[in-house]
Amino acid sequence: MARGGAPGGTAVNLAEVPAGSHATVTAIGGARAESVRLHELGLLPGTRVSVVRIAPLGDPLELRLRGYSLSVRRALARTIEVDDVGRDAR
Amino acid sequence: MSDATHAERRKLCLFGNPNSGKTTLFNRLTGARARVGNYPGVTVERREGSLRLPNGEEVEVLDLPGTYSLAPRSPDEAIASAALFEGDTDSVWVVVVDANALARTLYLATLVAETDVPLVVALNMVDEVEGRGGRVDVGPVERALGVRCVPIVASKGEGVDALLEAVIAAKPRSPLALPALGPAAGPLARVADGVASAFPSVRAGLVPGLARRFVLATDAELGELPDAIARPTREAIDAGAGEALVRVRYALVDDLTARTVDLPATTRSASERIDDVLTHPWLGTGIFLVVMGLIFEGLFVGAEPVVSVIERAVSAVGGFVAGVMPEGPLEGLVVDGVIAGVGNVVTFVPQIALLFLLLGVLEDSGYLARVAFVLDRLMGAVGLNGRAFVPMISGYACAIPAVMATRTIENAKDRILTMLVIPLMSCSARLPIYVLVTAAVFSGTKPVFGFIAVGAVVLLAMYTLSLVAAVGAAAVLRRTVLRGPRPTLMLELPPYRWPTGRNLAFGVWRRVRVFLTDAGSLILALSIILWALLSYPRDGAAHARFESAREQAETMLAGPALDARMHQLQDLEAQHGLEHSVAGRVGRAMEPALRPLGMDWRVGVGVLGAFAAREVFISTLGTVFGIGDADETSAPLRDVLTRAKRDDGSKLFTPLSGVALMVFFVLACQCMSTLAVVRRESGSWKWPVFLFGYMSVLAYVGALLVYQAGLAMGFS
Repeated sequence: MARGGAPGGTAVNLAEVPAGSHATVTAIGGARAESVRLHELGLLPGTRVSVVRIAPLGDPLELRLRGYSLSVRRALARTIEVDDVGRDAR
Repeated sequence: MSDATHAERRKLCLFGNPNSGKTTLFNRLTGARARVGNYPGVTVERREGSLRLPNGEEVEVLDLPGTYSLAPRSPDEAIASAALFEGDTDSVWVVVVDANALARTLYLATLVAETDVPLVVALNMVDEVEGRGGRVDVGPVERALGVRCVPIVASKGEGVDALLEAVIAAKPRSPLALPALGPAAGPLARVADGVASAFPSVRAGLVPGLARRFVLATDAELGELPDAIARPTREAIDAGAGEALVRVRYALVDDLTARTVDLPATTRSASERIDDVLTHPWLGTGIFLVVMGLIFEGLFVGAEPVVSVIERAVSAVGGFVAGVMPEGPLEGLVVDGVIAGVGNVVTFVPQIALLFLLLGVLEDSGYLARVAFVLDRLMGAVGLNGRAFVPMISGYACAIPAVMATRTIENAKDRILTMLVIPLMSCSARLPIYVLVTAAVFSGTKPVFGFIAVGAVVLLAMYTLSLVAAVGAAAVLRRTVLRGPRPTLMLELPPYRWPTGRNLAFGVWRRVRVFLTDAGSLILALSIILWALLSYPRDGAAHARFESAREQAETMLAGPALDARMHQLQDLEAQHGLEHSVAGRVGRAMEPALRPLGMDWRVGVGVLGAFAAREVFISTLGTVFGIGDADETSAPLRDVLTRAKRDDGSKLFTPLSGVALMVFFVLACQCMSTLAVVRRESGSWKWPVFLFGYMSVLAYVGALLVYQAGLAMGFS
């Protein structure tokens, strides 16, 4: 997977991606039990993921990937590094 | 049919992700013949039923818990995974995949293909793909996995015949090889060697799959494995074999998805547009409040007419039997023990059916997942799961269906926690007690601020106390008894779909049947035991005295005076019988403990009677004060309570002791049916015993604080 690098060259995590934008996963950190499960749910390096919306109280996030919607909390989203952030076409 | 014949039959195991339509297919295959139970020792539902295949063979269909992986992260997933790795090659595995989300759901099919079990892939919901202008081709999956792949529409029964033909033809296979493992291949092979040497009874066709499952396991699970497996597994993990494995599988899944489903580049789906409204910060919250309000209203109002019909029918049957049976102990057992006990069970059915119908609509439509999404943060603040919300608010109607509704919470610890706090929600059975006690102690009190009735203030205070207690108990229990990190949320939000009447009907029917057979028999047994405690031992000498008093009255009185005297004697005899019973004696023995709460032994007997059902508090209290046929609006009982004196001549029911008594009822788990259903749902006696213990302590201390603090502040 080629690393495009975020604008400004700093690493971006999924919690920083605004709602209505998409990005490509580059790495997953965090606890192994959780990162393995994210992999098995199809969220792995190279997967394109959209942040569809944020819950009314600010957490959790709704992600869209592989044709389905997955909800994760910000804390977990912070362990997911991404690049190639862009606005979703609506 | 005996269990032996069930055991001899081949099994058809349904496997799939949650929301893949697996249970819809199960309902299609087994219909009303399905049986529901619990897996031993865990609160995971076991669904099985029989099916005759087109070739005449009878098979057992097992609907395994939905799972995303074979490396489990919950008890439900552990059961699904263990079933596969303990499965024989006679059983056929049908993996249900959702054609709309093939890029994820096909992953589980590749996992099963990596073992040797006979396998058929059911490609479900192809109608939705075709409705969006797409086409499916099962050829690539069949060739790549070496199994049959059958397009179906489980909700309409389409393709099921072809699926069953493929099941008949399914044979043991050689496991799917993963060629592109690269540097991970060596470490994985060493794990497989470890599995083969540590578990020699595992057949060769399962070894690679089992080895790969361990590489993706949690550290806690690894700690329990024999060293021969754990050591190479840790080395494989350090070499990155876990991530490599998933990457290789998803490369296959991506390739197959692209060749199986041909969809035109889509605009946003209907489901996404619905979600723009339903999870919108303002609009969505408003709709959510309306939906919850309707459920709340429905539970209170909807079940009521049916419940009163049942109550009238039970008392009519009791009256009829009492009329035809000779008077005596057997009549008492049948009428007041068995028939009343059956009534105690059956009155819950309308509320259970209604709640599970409403929950079924919420769950099957996909809205329940959005409720969890919207409320995750709020509920998380006190350590509860977002999905605990609907069970909690339905606890305001009745704890029995509410505890059963905790099944919609996937995480076992979250489920137990919710079960333990639901009984603190002030259920509708407590309402008559508040009404009676308020009427007895506040009848002469002026409205607050001149216009708010005291009763309204009392009710508001009791409902608020119950909510605060439930939320507080959740926060405390989460930090003590059920301590542990908050489970990570990885919640799938399934697309919105119309619930089908068939699935809803089967769901409601199974819940009602499980309640009647499991919890119901326990509630019946406890009802009979309680009736006996409140009726025995009988006082023969006293009975003879009352008989002679009746004979005397018959010779001296006539007309309305005789009726009144006979009624009075009947109430007095019932009062004496209760005092003489085991419950009456226990009540007297408890008096020293009750006095600091402002209660005396008579209230204690009422509290014991309330255990059968909280409403029984009032009829028991009626009996102990010599008033038959009492209900909460009964003026004679209210007046007797208002006038009742303690042994020292002071008034028993004062505003302060009345409030203390109501606080006691808010906090106490005085309901054996709740305990029976928690026993059923938690799978052990440990939790109902703990529940009864902690709520009793809370109730006692709460009432004690109110009464003693009130006295100290000069109230009476």
